[in-house]
Amino acid sequence: MSKLGLIIKREYLAKVRNKSFVVMTFLSPILMVGMVVLIAYLTKINDSEKRIIAVVNQSAYLQDQLLPTADISFVILDAISLENAKDSTLAMGYYGLLHIPPGPNLETIAERSYLFTKENPVSYVLDDLESIFEHRLRQERLQNLGVSARDYATVAQNFEIKISTFDGEKNLKGINEIKAFIGGGFGYLIMMFIIIYGGFVMRSVIEEKTSRIIEVIISSVKPFQLMLGKIIGTSLAGVTQFAIWIFSASLLLFLALLLLDVDMTALGGASGIPQNSMTAMASLPEPSGNDIQKYADELFKIPWFLLLFSFVVYFILGYLIYSSIYAAIGAAVDNETDTQQFIFPIILPLMLAIYVGFFSVFSNPHGPIAVAFSLFPLTSPIVMLMRLPAGIGEGGVPLWQFISSILLLGLTFLAIVWFAAKIYRVGILMYGKKPTYKELYKWLKYS
Amino acid sequence: MTPILVAEKVSKSFGDHTALRDISLEIPNNCIYGLLGPNGAGKTTLIRIINQITYPDTGQVFFNGEVLAPQHIAMIGYLPEERGLYKSMKVGEQALYLAQLKGLSKNDARKKLKYWFERLEIGDWWNKKIQELSKGMAQKIQFIVTVLHEPRLLIFDEPFSGFDPINANKIKEEILKLKKKGTSIIFSTHRMESVEELCEYIALIHKSEKILDGKLWDIKKAHKNNIFKVGLQVNGQGKGLLEELEARFQISESVFDPAEKQLDFTLKLPSGNTSQVLSHLAERANLTRFEETIPSANDIFIQTVKAKGE
Repeated sequence: MSKLGLIIKREYLAKVRNKSFVVMTFLSPILMVGMVVLIAYLTKINDSEKRIIAVVNQSAYLQDQLLPTADISFVILDAISLENAKDSTLAMGYYGLLHIPPGPNLETIAERSYLFTKENPVSYVLDDLESIFEHRLRQERLQNLGVSARDYATVAQNFEIKISTFDGEKNLKGINEIKAFIGGGFGYLIMMFIIIYGGFVMRSVIEEKTSRIIEVIISSVKPFQLMLGKIIGTSLAGVTQFAIWIFSASLLLFLALLLLDVDMTALGGASGIPQNSMTAMASLPEPSGNDIQKYADELFKIPWFLLLFSFVVYFILGYLIYSSIYAAIGAAVDNETDTQQFIFPIILPLMLAIYVGFFSVFSNPHGPIAVAFSLFPLTSPIVMLMRLPAGIGEGGVPLWQFISSILLLGLTFLAIVWFAAKIYRVGILMYGKKPTYKELYKWLKYS
Repeated sequence: MTPILVAEKVSKSFGDHTALRDISLEIPNNCIYGLLGPNGAGKTTLIRIINQITYPDTGQVFFNGEVLAPQHIAMIGYLPEERGLYKSMKVGEQALYLAQLKGLSKNDARKKLKYWFERLEIGDWWNKKIQELSKGMAQKIQFIVTVLHEPRLLIFDEPFSGFDPINANKIKEEILKLKKKGTSIIFSTHRMESVEELCEYIALIHKSEKILDGKLWDIKKAHKNNIFKVGLQVNGQGKGLLEELEARFQISESVFDPAEKQLDFTLKLPSGNTSQVLSHLAERANLTRFEETIPSANDIFIQTVKAKGE
């Protein structure tokens, strides 16, 4: 076996045999699914709890309007004084008491109405009650202006503009968001992978430094081989872990949902597997039966092959760039506490890519910001993947942008790995110095 | 026979700091060579160049007559001063890994490891983790890993640090056995007294420069100052004899013990010719001791540095 192969094998085994790694690998899906199930369960409990409002209505108005909503229902207390009503509300354990006093007209009645509760009422109770009053008041005022109740009903009408492409194909609302969400899922995966496993690479380098084995090893292999082997070995361990996570999480989730009979769509975006495109769909407003077919068609039109291919390319290049920086940081310091000042500048472009992606690319996938960030090498692995579901060419990412993005990323990869390897080579043999950026710059000039 | 290692005008600097300046060395085959000098003199840099961990700015290194190249790595064994092992890895697995990195096949490595583990009586450590071993135990593993691939050149940087005296002795014996088998050995240390008994050749490095090298015995001979320790058995005339001798020779540190009738002193001669003084002394009293003082490596080092005007 070649030396690089040996190093990769050792790093991989050292990682996957590590106790905390094993625990994390098998515990995470359980925790994740447990959380999803818990959220679903809590939502269910929450839904079933209706607040009961006692009502003392001494007016002639609003009698018919007090209909139960999803969150509240009403108990009408007849022929009872307000004081008695308060007592019985408390005695019965109702949530509150709505008092509608007598009055000459609706305006004054509404003005004088009160809701009594034990503590500050929750917002949706207030919202529901207020909308009852608002609705009735609007009706009343329009009636005063000569609009009949029937006319009013026809006026209150939602309107949706229909959209279409020039060639007459019917466009779908929210499809851009869905596409960006799918690409964003891939981008998010890359970011998580970089942050988790880049950190592992860094800690592994620091461990070699503090255990003083580094000089023993590099008297046998080149430092670059060691660095590369470490990065590859760690990432293979990462891929293993992710595969186990995705597989077992989907399995567990499926089982849990089956057992608990939780409505899939009720979960919405909370299901915790961002890479699963089904959840992206679920988080959007429920489309009507006819539209589902169209959305499905549209999803099939996403260039999956291109997307997966680019994911692999951006993943490998992006991960190698970032993890070699992590390795260089590990080499430059003596212990993990010294890494903070160097870590932040690395995380920054990753965070920026995610935020820019979700705020700018979602709304305008081919706008100037999206283009710039999908070309800039430190953010392109994430942002470009959010744009790519629209395809390449007309209506999607222009071919030149796609090619130059990959070219720029490739060039940056070469440059950064070269720099990182230099810092790594000098750094691993330096002890007891707290490095500054100036010091690192000096190291670059050592041959 | 071709020297195992030759360095020709090797220089290396890190930024403004010069670590090595025009170092030339010749390390003969099958000898123990001491690389001596205080901390920070540049020994480790030179050793790292030999191990191809760093490369010289100028100058060249030859291994067994060939320009030093990657294929020589497998023929060198290196025990660095800053040494350690993966703490959470098992002893056997780790030793196999390091041996394979040096180019041994897995089977070969296993066979050889078995031999060494039995020899140093540590066979039952195979499945232990390094963090369960004491420091001295870990050092033994480290030593085995260094010599396992039977290198032609062994480099030990402060090899005895971390060993208790018994194990240090054991390791010393193993090193001598390896030398007998034909291995060339470089010792690097700043504790000069510790290598005097082992090294046949030495080089002194001070402030990035080699200030002295050669056969230890030749160097010592060249640095002796014609100083002798003399002991005389005298009969009654002790004080008078001393005064008489002091008038004639350069004498210091004289001690006269009237009870034992013993007169001891240090004598410095203008040249290495001793016949005249010996016959003179023999005439006057009974000679119990006449011994030339050979300077230690440490003395020579201090003397040489002083002579350089520092």
